[in-house]
Amino acid sequence: MMKTLKVYVLLAAVGLLAAFTSKPTNDGYEVGNYAADFNLKNIDGKMVSLSNFKNAKGFIIIFTCNTCPYSIAYEDRITALDKMYKDKGFPVIAINPNDPKAIKGDDLKDMQQRAKEKGFTFPYLQDLGQKIYPQYGATRTPHVYILSKDKKGNKVAYIGAIDNNFSDAAAVTERYVEDAVNALLDNKLPKVTNTKAIGCTIKKLK
Amino acid sequence: MKKLWFIFILIMIVGCKTDTKMNTENGDTNQINEEEKPFVETCTYETLKPLLNKSDDKTYVINFWATWCKPCVEELPAFEKLHKLYAGKNVTVILVSLDFPNQIESRLIPFMIENNLKSKVIAMVDTDHNSWIPKVDESWSGAIPATLIYNKNKRTFYEQSLTYKQLEQEVTNFLETK
Repeated sequence: MMKTLKVYVLLAAVGLLAAFTSKPTNDGYEVGNYAADFNLKNIDGKMVSLSNFKNAKGFIIIFTCNTCPYSIAYEDRITALDKMYKDKGFPVIAINPNDPKAIKGDDLKDMQQRAKEKGFTFPYLQDLGQKIYPQYGATRTPHVYILSKDKKGNKVAYIGAIDNNFSDAAAVTERYVEDAVNALLDNKLPKVTNTKAIGCTIKKLK
Repeated sequence: MKKLWFIFILIMIVGCKTDTKMNTENGDTNQINEEEKPFVETCTYETLKPLLNKSDDKTYVINFWATWCKPCVEELPAFEKLHKLYAGKNVTVILVSLDFPNQIESRLIPFMIENNLKSKVIAMVDTDHNSWIPKVDESWSGAIPATLIYNKNKRTFYEQSLTYKQLEQEVTNFLETK
């Protein structure tokens, strides 16, 4: 009798816990999930997949765009990340998730032009059809997903912001992406795996 | 130090005023411009926090927006309408601007004048977003527009655009649960 009661109490507690911890919104990847590969068009017209990067140890995937002031504020820092980590095995792959029909300035031509002006050193892909960003669970630009390659695939190791000061690169005190990639290069897990930042909503047709 | 800023801003206003004076024939209109220039309070999370946690009889509608955010600007008229129609019904609308701190004078205030905003506007200048976004609401990813509606009994966060119809419906629910 006592035992069954205990079981019931335990069950109730588990149920209650589940009710409080379950997330009602935001499907998409969490840290620890394996990310699916994609095949998206780059600004040079070629298709790009994660599987193309045979020697990569992982990826810095950044959902970003031409038109969001926060993305623009981070452009130079994104290029710096690519330069810093590409040769070490963690290239930047930028994906523009906006529907170019929903916002002016984000079609492939605009992306090509911006990449040229700013000297982007990384692939800048277009999520045409908007199939990829919902898989990841990206909600804003810029929104970073760091993937770490292992035998099973590309494991999500970090989700969030680039650093802790969008408006002034010189005033940054926490470099989330750098810290996470450095940890992975050291064969460690990043200490900070989730951060948040204000960003622009991903634009889709209503 | 604060006084210095005040003087600086005053000089800026006077500076702009002289500019417009040169362009307008009627000098009197400038007087009105200065009086109508909206005042924008700036805040960090610590100073914003009390506004997100009031326990009086009002229902608070806190909208997070920015002048550069297209969907935010598109939904502003709905919040303005709510302010106009519900201010007398114990509803307070506060527009928390996330414009870049260095664009408050150059973008936010001109935008407020141009669109004749009547709701209270506060400029959030705390750039360490990760330190405060989860404190506003645990579910908030950081995308804007986003809106918090609360009173002492109920609290809901919306990471989405809202139409006037939706907004009025939500606020009505809150007024009923008071």
